[in-house]
Amino acid sequence: MNRIEKAFENKKAFIAFVTGGDPDLETTEALIPQMAQAGADIIEIGIPFSDPIAEGVVIQQADERALRAQTTTDKLFDMVKRVRGKVDVPLVFMTYINPIYTYGTEKFMEKCAECGIDGVIVPDVPFEERQEIQDACDAQKVALISMIAPTSKERIRLIAKNAEGFLYCVSSLGVTGVRSNITTNVSEMVSQVKAVSDIPCAVGFGISTPKQAREMAAVSDGAIVGSAIVKIIAQYGKNCISPVCDYIREMKAAVLAA
Amino acid sequence: MEMEERKGRYGEYGGQYIPETLVPAVQEVERAYEHYKNDTAFQKELQDLLEKYAGRPSLLYYAEKMTKDLGGAKIYLKREDLNHTGSHKINNVLGQVLLAKKMGKKRVIAETGAGQHGVATATAAALMGMECEIFMGKEDTDRQALNCYRMELLGAKVHPVTSGTMTLKDAVNETMREWATRMDDTFYVLGSVMGPHPFPMMVRDFQKIIGAEIKQQLLAAEGKLPDAVIACVGGGSNAMGAFYEFIPDKGVRLIGCEAAGLGVDNPKNAATVTNGSVGIFHGMKSIFCQDEYGQIAPVYSISAGLDYPGIGPEHANLNETGRAEYVPVTDDEAVDAFAYLSRTEGIIPAIESAHAVAHAMKIAHTFDKNQIIVVNISGRGDKDVAAIARYRGVEIFD
Repeated sequence: MNRIEKAFENKKAFIAFVTGGDPDLETTEALIPQMAQAGADIIEIGIPFSDPIAEGVVIQQADERALRAQTTTDKLFDMVKRVRGKVDVPLVFMTYINPIYTYGTEKFMEKCAECGIDGVIVPDVPFEERQEIQDACDAQKVALISMIAPTSKERIRLIAKNAEGFLYCVSSLGVTGVRSNITTNVSEMVSQVKAVSDIPCAVGFGISTPKQAREMAAVSDGAIVGSAIVKIIAQYGKNCISPVCDYIREMKAAVLAA
Repeated sequence: MEMEERKGRYGEYGGQYIPETLVPAVQEVERAYEHYKNDTAFQKELQDLLEKYAGRPSLLYYAEKMTKDLGGAKIYLKREDLNHTGSHKINNVLGQVLLAKKMGKKRVIAETGAGQHGVATATAAALMGMECEIFMGKEDTDRQALNCYRMELLGAKVHPVTSGTMTLKDAVNETMREWATRMDDTFYVLGSVMGPHPFPMMVRDFQKIIGAEIKQQLLAAEGKLPDAVIACVGGGSNAMGAFYEFIPDKGVRLIGCEAAGLGVDNPKNAATVTNGSVGIFHGMKSIFCQDEYGQIAPVYSISAGLDYPGIGPEHANLNETGRAEYVPVTDDEAVDAFAYLSRTEGIIPAIESAHAVAHAMKIAHTFDKNQIIVVNISGRGDKDVAAIARYRGVEIFD
């Protein structure tokens, strides 16, 4: 059983996102083991990109801060390698196709395997373009994590049948960011997945409160939180570890209560 | 699978690299376009709009004074500047907004750099009774205040974009984000031969009338094809439109002029083919100005319309196969050409188009007197007059 499968074994998972290098790499390196300690079952590390078209303003600004702090893909690989010695939770990269392609897709996935990255989420590679990176992921046993959205409809089956790791269920239209209400029928999306696949489904986009996390985890296999964590980091900067961990403990409890 | 059989690909370039949320919306456009491009009623309606509203065909003008002055090839100018709204952009927006209407959409959104595509989209939206919202980098709304007010007069709402470098690429990002939020009633009118399939193909199809007219008009005037067609390239829609009809005519040199800003060796440029590398961004695999880690470069040109860090995928392929050549033209050269064409022929070109004029000025003398160069004057220069005055040290208010 691989690390991602274990994260969902007999329980709901709480998945936490952090932009690598925000506000600097030292902070991220110190933060990740503490996030795992506080209860994050999977940690998504964003590789900052100059033009993150699927992100709302909170994560856009985190990417800008990380790039201003001279964060690069190579420095992130080095950081992950050091962190991997300290934590056993699955670590997943979230980034756009251009940083991967420009690095050299095969070389990128080799480095992922070498540093202990378990999967990649690439929002601008939809099902039809998976061939761009699938072989390189397969060769290194890096899970290529797919997304389904409220607009996916009949595409859900197609995507779910071919999904690996876990399936990222996008809760809302638009971009990442905190929302006061999630109006999509997530339960219906998840049941369409479950009709064709056993793949774990985690719901992301818009979740910030324990109530939302509990509701989303109740109808799926887990909740993903990004912008709400990044907001805390934006507020506290280098001193973010304690408030981020307090928040994660609260959200984790909500997910487990689902 | 053979490369040529892959949908929306030009060699290895092109594709549909977009978030899952947007895939169904893009596929809906693709299906609708595949249907309507073969629909005679649609084509007739578009043709009527182009003739009776936009003023097509545009003139192909023999620039006799310029020809004599440069002392080489005969120079013809394709006068896209004479179209309604003052540029080639109207060809594309009439097609796309008509398609949007046929699809039952109520609202169109678009990015714009200098504002030409925004003005054209707002115009077509006003004409066809659609709501219109335009996304424009904050840098550009400041530089092009007149065009912003023009769009508002036409009933559009202009959103200044404050993310990233606050220019054209950020306007594209923000329009994509907006589209992902609201797709049911909204159509994204992309302004160039870029973005995810079907946009590069569809925009080229709506612009290829430029080259088709050049061919017909030149055959009527001279009884032969041109030796070279020259056009400026940002994303590349006017160039693609001018080139497309001539791609099978191997004797016709196709030359795209990119914005070299302060020079190709200075970081302040937007010369994508000269300085860029292959990447995947804004929905397409193509050539981009970027660093070794794939971070898109902040580019610069005096021309807001060429101030884009990428190029359409079909151009990337024409470059790779050698069918077209791409050359850098600096701000200084473009400004000189802007003034030259104004003085010599009484035609004030858009600063974008002046990049193509500048290259024609450079190479005309290397051609024989019986050879012909066609320069695509993609737009008129009224919008640029104040900026050019400032560039040359004269403070005037626009």
